[in-house]
Amino acid sequence: MRRLLEGVPQRGLILLVALLVLLLVFPLFASGYLLAVGFLILYFAYVGQAWNIMMGFAGQLSLGHSLYVGLGAYAAAALYVHFGLSPWIGLGASIVLCALAGAIIGFLAFRFGVGGVYFAILTIAFAEFARIGFDHFAWVRGSSGLFLPVANYTENDLWNLRGSPEMFYYLMLALTVGAFVLCHALLRSRIGYYWLAIREDPDAAQALGVNTFRYKMLAVVLSAAMTSLAGVVFAFYYNNLFPEQIFHISRSIELILGPIIGGIGTRVGPLVGALLITGLAEGMRELMLQLGIEVPGVKQVFYGLCLLLVVIFLPEGVWPAIARKLKRHA
Amino acid sequence: MLEVRNVSKSFRGLRAVRDVSFEIPEATINALIGPNGAGKTTIFNMIAGVYAPDSGSIFFERKPIHGLRPDRICSAGVGRTFQIVKPFAGLSVLDNVMVGAFLKEKTAAGARQVSGGILEKLGLGPKRDLPASSLTLPDRKRLEVARALATRPRLLLLDEVMAGLRPTECDQMVEVFRELNRSQGLTILLIEHVMRAVMALARHIGVLHHGELIARGTPDQVVRDPAVLECYLGEETEV
Repeated sequence: MRRLLEGVPQRGLILLVALLVLLLVFPLFASGYLLAVGFLILYFAYVGQAWNIMMGFAGQLSLGHSLYVGLGAYAAAALYVHFGLSPWIGLGASIVLCALAGAIIGFLAFRFGVGGVYFAILTIAFAEFARIGFDHFAWVRGSSGLFLPVANYTENDLWNLRGSPEMFYYLMLALTVGAFVLCHALLRSRIGYYWLAIREDPDAAQALGVNTFRYKMLAVVLSAAMTSLAGVVFAFYYNNLFPEQIFHISRSIELILGPIIGGIGTRVGPLVGALLITGLAEGMRELMLQLGIEVPGVKQVFYGLCLLLVVIFLPEGVWPAIARKLKRHA
Repeated sequence: MLEVRNVSKSFRGLRAVRDVSFEIPEATINALIGPNGAGKTTIFNMIAGVYAPDSGSIFFERKPIHGLRPDRICSAGVGRTFQIVKPFAGLSVLDNVMVGAFLKEKTAAGARQVSGGILEKLGLGPKRDLPASSLTLPDRKRLEVARALATRPRLLLLDEVMAGLRPTECDQMVEVFRELNRSQGLTILLIEHVMRAVMALARHIGVLHHGELIARGTPDQVVRDPAVLECYLGEETEV
């Protein structure tokens, strides 16, 4: 614990603790709608963090992370629907499945020297395979969608993940905090240093004894496994899965907006990004609803606008700019 | 310690290195010189594992290393620098060196301590917390050396680390290598154009020209060798 906190600026720590307390008490005041927004923010913060391990740390651009969300979601949901297995057991299957999928993609790419844009295209291709494949996968009801049985739950059943939105909110919060701490610890270890070295210059890293293949594989597998957890929670929260939605490329793009806007390669970036983009997008939707304006696709336009502004004015993302401000005043 | 035996390498028909053989004894400082395009860096890259020789073999401490991946060769005890420097631009100077130190140090604290010491030795101590991207070229060259040293090599390959240094800076660097050679028995093979450094450091020099080793010997022997004079200054002609 002390090792984890070493070198963390006090101001940053206070801010983080304050944020955590705020997130912990949030459901006490929030309406059903706000709680749903809160869940979404945490969801995007978590998957953003998982994606950031691959892109932000190891420098491998994935544009197909919806693959891991979808596989994770479908594996746990199908085991629950068909065999009544607890999602905590299904989660094991999800993790193994996604780690394997990540390993296959990573192996193909890194063994045969597929890098940069071509790697990104490969990740899209696999997500698309899954989308089309699951459309015809009868065991999980294909394109007509897989539904989880829903009832009005009087009490929270954490073992079967059946219960109130509050339970899901706190579950997602635990995952987000866990991912944050894990990333923090990793970045301070040899693994983290090696990842950053590979991101900055793979040839130089290799000349310093870094087995670049092994560490890139580790990043992909870890990122995939972490993302699958979000998929499981997603499935049991929304109770319905459609290949056309969950594997869709727009989902992959949506989940990387947080870290890009917050700050790629930083630990706080995915958090800040998710808070900003999901918070603002939902806020705007609510506002439009109140005003009675209905424009389809307005959320996508908003995402584009946010991205444009960040790329022009804060190319490193929002968080590094804030962090510099904090440091100057410290 | 290092033995290069009949090594050749071609790039699309261009014979960059032809049938080169040499040996480097333990704890010595050696230099490889020659005009641009003579094949010096190609030989380095083959020793360091960037590419495998088309034919011939390379032994390090009696074990064959030709064809191994660069990280395996580094783990075996061969450190290298790049002629065109490759700093991890987004990381701090200290973090750059720590990446190298992690080869032998398991903990971050250990790696940080080792790296700090090396940075002091190379005069980069005061700049340890700056981003590597902010360094000047001479400092980047030093950083290359610091990073390679952090892997604790037994053989160090230096690819033009003196280029761009002022004479006094060059002398400082020479002193660092001498000291490492003396105190730790570090074996060094350097490629260098700065003759001031070559003459001050190297006990043995090999001269490459058009991919072939045309002369070898002590610094004094090499500078008087007619073949060497010819390739550097041109043939003597009657006027």
